[in-house]
Amino acid sequence: MMDIGGGREVSSSGRYEIRIAGFGGQGVITVGKILGTAFSVFEGKNSVNTQSYGPESRGGACRSEVVVSDGKINYPYVRKADVFVALSQLAFDAYIAELKEGGILLVDPNSVRDISERDHYEVYEVPTALIAHETGNAKYQNAVALGALYPLIKDYLKESSLREAMDENVPPETREANMAAFAKGIQYIKDHYHK
Amino acid sequence: MAGPSEKNLLKPGVYYLQGNQACAEGAITAGCRVYAGYPITPASEIMEHAALRLPQVGGRFIQMEDEISSASVLLGASWAGAKAMTATSSPGFSLMQEVISFAIMTETPLVIVDVQRPGPGQGYITTSQEDVMQARWGHHGEGSIIALSPASVQEMFDFTIEAFNLAEQWRTPVLVMAEETVAHMREPLTIPPQDQIKVVNRKKPQDLGISPEEFLPYGHAMVPPMANWGEGYNVNHVSLVHHEDGNVTKYNRDIHLDSVSRIQQKIEGNTDHIARVETRFLEGCRHLVICYGSVSRTAVEAVMEARQERGIDLAFLRLVTLWPFPEKKLREIVRDVDTVFVPEMNLGMMKHPITEALRDRCNRIVPIPTLGALHSPEMILSKIYEELK
Repeated sequence: MMDIGGGREVSSSGRYEIRIAGFGGQGVITVGKILGTAFSVFEGKNSVNTQSYGPESRGGACRSEVVVSDGKINYPYVRKADVFVALSQLAFDAYIAELKEGGILLVDPNSVRDISERDHYEVYEVPTALIAHETGNAKYQNAVALGALYPLIKDYLKESSLREAMDENVPPETREANMAAFAKGIQYIKDHYHK
Repeated sequence: MAGPSEKNLLKPGVYYLQGNQACAEGAITAGCRVYAGYPITPASEIMEHAALRLPQVGGRFIQMEDEISSASVLLGASWAGAKAMTATSSPGFSLMQEVISFAIMTETPLVIVDVQRPGPGQGYITTSQEDVMQARWGHHGEGSIIALSPASVQEMFDFTIEAFNLAEQWRTPVLVMAEETVAHMREPLTIPPQDQIKVVNRKKPQDLGISPEEFLPYGHAMVPPMANWGEGYNVNHVSLVHHEDGNVTKYNRDIHLDSVSRIQQKIEGNTDHIARVETRFLEGCRHLVICYGSVSRTAVEAVMEARQERGIDLAFLRLVTLWPFPEKKLREIVRDVDTVFVPEMNLGMMKHPITEALRDRCNRIVPIPTLGALHSPEMILSKIYEELK
C-alpha cells in the first residue's frame, strides 16, 4: 500500500517541475518518458510523468510533464513549472502562465515567435527543428530539445542517466541518430549560452 | 503455478511503467494465466501488455468480439481452475454487468478492471470516478461486490494482486476501479522478490479432505470449496437459485433466502476483514476530507496546505476499498466533526454512503464535484476556504 501522504513531507517547494509542450507528433511524450526514466531508474529519485490526453492532444497542444522530488509526490501534475520547453506557439500560449517567474524557458524560435513578458524568464532559444533537419531527419527534434535541456538542468541529473534512459525509450534502430541529435542540442547551448 | 514460466516474471527491482502496464504485471504476479478482452480507451494498454506477456508466462490471451464475451471467458477459465482477468472502461463495464451478476451467483473468482472514463454514453476519454455506484449496484439482484480504488502505479500492481487474492479467498468477482489518471501516469514501480508477495489460491475440496461422493458444490462452508472441472468432483455451476448440491428443482423459500443471504453475507459480514481506509491527522480533528483513488493525491496535498497555511484543523481519510463500504469502521474512527468535504470526479456518488455512515457524526457534508479531470489542489482548497471562512 502506498500510504498516501505518509513518509517524508514534500511541500510544493520540494518539487521540481518540468513541462514539455508542442504539437502532437513532435515527440514531447517521449521526452517526458525519457526524463522520468532518467530521474527514477538511473538517479534514484521519485518522479511522476503524465501527459495531456484526449482529442485536444492530437495535432493541438500536446503536453508532457515530469514532477521530480526526493520525497513523495502527491499531486501528480505540474502546479507551477520550474522548466518549460515550448515547441509551438500554440503550446507556448496555452501554458506560459504556469511557468514560475524566473523559470527556465526553452523555445524553438522558428515556432515560438511571440514570447510575451520575456524578461520574466530565463529564455533559451534553440532552433531544434532546423538542427534536427540538418542532422538528417526532422523527427529527431525532440532529441535535440532534450540535449538542449540537459545543460540547463544538469544540477539534477547526469548526462549518462539521460543517455541510458534514451536507450530504454527509443527504437534500437534510431538509437544512433537520437544520440547524435541529443549531442547537437548540448553543443548548441554550449556554443550560444556557454553552459 | 507452472514452473517453466516463472523465469519470465518481472525480476525484483525498480521499473518505470504506466499504471496500465503495472496492472497487467500485477495480474501475472498473482497467477493470472487467462486474459480475455476487447480494447477501449483508456484501458487498452492493459490488454496490449497482457497480449505480450501472457504467452511468455505460459498463459493464454484472447481478444473477443465484445465485452460481454470477454467477461464470459473468465467464467469458463475460472471453472477450469485458472485465474482470469479482463479490463475495460466505463461503456464496456456497462456491458459486463450481466457476467458480474452471474459470477456472484455462481461464486466464481475473477477480476475485472474498470479504467473509468466520463459518461454517460461515450462521454469522453479522460478520467472519471463515475462508475463507483455502478460497481456496487450495476449488476442485477442481491449480492455484494468487492471493489478497490488504486491511487498510484505501485497500487495498480499491488491492488491487482490483492484483487486476485480476495477473489480466490471469498470466491467472488472483484473489481479494480481504476481511473485514467493512474492508468496512464508513469511512476517508479518496485517489484519485490516473489517470495515476499502474498498470493492466495482458492480452497479446493481436496484440500479439506472432502471426497467426490460427499462434495456439495455450494456447501461445506460460508465460502464453499471450489473444485476444478475434470478432477472427478461434481461441478455444477448454477446461476438459478440452488440447493447446496447445485440442484435447482428443490427450490423453496428457505433455500432461496439462505443461499442468497450467504452469498451476500460472506462479503458484507466480513467487511472489517476486507475493507481498508487510510487516515492522517484524524485524532480529535474538527474537519475532514474523505476521498478515494487519484483524488486522494490532490486531497492530501490540499489538506497539508490548509493546515500549514491557514492553521485549519483538517484531517484526511481515504477509502482504499470502496465496496463493501466500511461503514462500521468509519463510525468507529469519526466521532464528532464539523464539516466533511467529499471531493469526487463525479457529481457526488460516494457522498451518499458517507452521509449515511456519518449521519450523526458531523454537522454537514460538502461535496466538491468535478468531471473529466483531476481536481487541482487549488480547486479543493478554495472550496474549503470558502466554506470555513
